[in-house]
Amino acid sequence: MMDLALIFVSALVINNFVLAYFLGLCPFLGVSSRVDTALRLGLATTFVMLVASIAAWALNTFVLENAPYLRVISFIVVIASMVQIVELLIKKTSPTLFRELGIYLPLITTNCAILGLAIFQTNRGYNFVQGFTFAVGAGLGFTMVMILMASLRVQTELARVPALLKGPALVFLLAATLSMAFMGFAGLFS
Amino acid sequence: MTTAPGPAASELLLRGIWRENPVLVATLGLCPTLAVTNSIANSLTMGIATLCVLVCSSVLVSSARKYVPNQVRISTYILIIATFVTLADMVLEAIVPAIHKALGAFIALIVVNCMILGRQEAFASKNTVGRSAMDALGVGAGFTLTLLLMGAPRELLGAGSLLGYNVMGPRFEPWVIMILPPGGFLMIGLLLIGKNWWALRTAQPKAERIAAMAAARAAAAQPAQARTREGALV
Amino acid sequence: MSGGTNATGTAPKVSSVRLLSTMGGAGALAGLLIVLVYQFTLPTVLANRAARLETAILQVVPGSTRYDTLYVVEGALTATLPPGADARKLDKVYLGVSEAGGATGFAIPTSQAGFQDVIEIIFGYDPGKPGTLGLVILSSRETPGLGDKIEAPRWLAQFTTLTTPLTAVKAGAAQNPGDAQMITGATISSRTVIAAINKALERWTPILAAYRAGGTS
Repeated sequence: MMDLALIFVSALVINNFVLAYFLGLCPFLGVSSRVDTALRLGLATTFVMLVASIAAWALNTFVLENAPYLRVISFIVVIASMVQIVELLIKKTSPTLFRELGIYLPLITTNCAILGLAIFQTNRGYNFVQGFTFAVGAGLGFTMVMILMASLRVQTELARVPALLKGPALVFLLAATLSMAFMGFAGLFS
Repeated sequence: MTTAPGPAASELLLRGIWRENPVLVATLGLCPTLAVTNSIANSLTMGIATLCVLVCSSVLVSSARKYVPNQVRISTYILIIATFVTLADMVLEAIVPAIHKALGAFIALIVVNCMILGRQEAFASKNTVGRSAMDALGVGAGFTLTLLLMGAPRELLGAGSLLGYNVMGPRFEPWVIMILPPGGFLMIGLLLIGKNWWALRTAQPKAERIAAMAAARAAAAQPAQARTREGALV
Repeated sequence: MSGGTNATGTAPKVSSVRLLSTMGGAGALAGLLIVLVYQFTLPTVLANRAARLETAILQVVPGSTRYDTLYVVEGALTATLPPGADARKLDKVYLGVSEAGGATGFAIPTSQAGFQDVIEIIFGYDPGKPGTLGLVILSSRETPGLGDKIEAPRWLAQFTTLTTPLTAVKAGAAQNPGDAQMITGATISSRTVIAAINKALERWTPILAAYRAGGTS
């Protein structure tokens, strides 16, 4: 139980995907200027991460045991197809949910956070439950940082920013301070 | 080189390094740029691995461009890129095991570096093998140079060394933050500020800057005139 | 046939057979390349990994010139792998062997959550003393300049002579043979390592004792 809590909190804040591993920076830069968009994108990413985690676990357990060299190829192919299948399923069963999250799903598939999750999970030898916890933690951590960043950017849009700092430069400096703040979470478990 | 239309081969090679630098201009491939640049050795290994994957994929994609149907082209590109990434992963583990361990999952993550897929879709799928190879070399070199531009200051300030050799002397207190994650964000932020500064400078040639200043002076004089006219109206 | 690449908008009808054969061909080429390079690099990669493990084991169990791998099968240690078992999935300890063929001590790998991430270590253990023989940090992501002092040889050196169970004490405050000094500025990381050794020994002591009682030592 302690073990699962550790995995969850570690992925959520201590080793946050965006601020400590730099994964998922494209959406972090691109979509993070509105809070509600950030929330939806974050939730959709969490969902895709869950799918990817399950897919990676299944591949590792049933297919790749004796063929580790096919890992990258099979992960990327299987995760992309799984997400597409899930997208179709949601479209059929719940049009409301699809409207909320659906448009982001294809974008997310090529997000490095997804493949990163699958590879980290494999390298650390997580079982099904651990992988699931890891995915939830990483996804919620991503969502949280997206919302934080979006709230900050709403403020900077109103502020008078020097020309030199405009664009991604400012976002990265903000991310640097956020990342520094998140360093304070280290040591929660020891 | 064939006499194909478009920029010359040398131009293809150079534009990826500076004018169309994948990281600083297009902000592509950020994840490895920030994650592995805490030392020069890591930056260089990552840069070269990415360069090799990019060149090999571009050559293969451009030589097969006439046989790949449009509908499956993205899937084919991803398959090709993933293959070369797997090869790079295995070769690195065999020849530089220590750096391979330090880079960890980020070697496999070359596969989702949007820069590589972007070059296949935008260039290699429409150009000859030679031109695609040149383009890939230029973009890959630009990427590697940017990684070094990140890695060198981070290692120098964060560990007081360059390529592992101590250069700052024993009395230097390392700025540890530079080799931690915040240092990565900080460094790319500074590089982008530098790029903005350069863009602002070069966008306005000297003559224009003088003209702009003159216009500003004229604008400052304007309100006075407006006031007098207003006064005349009353 | 160049219609395949530049067709936008007016995509020509392409048969599924053609699509399948393209993907199949690309897949076959990918598989061929990967398997070739895999076969070519595998010996070097395995040799590298084995060398890294061997260096660590010989370092933590001084006096050894080689080592035997012991697997945990049904709660007991055995040097021979049962048929059908997968060596990668079994828990392992390593038994250091001296040049003369005598056992020099056990090398036990273990891991525990540190300040930033999980710290992986391997330590040498002499059940006769009982005490530690040496310690090597296999991997850690502790803070550079602070937590990563646990990798400093000067700190690791104390583990060659301590008796177990270990007691974590402040730097410079060691009085008893079981007192392991922590590091000022890296208290959490060093305490984690000391705790990891105690926790591993709690689990391994009965297993090792049973092995020594029934074994050929």
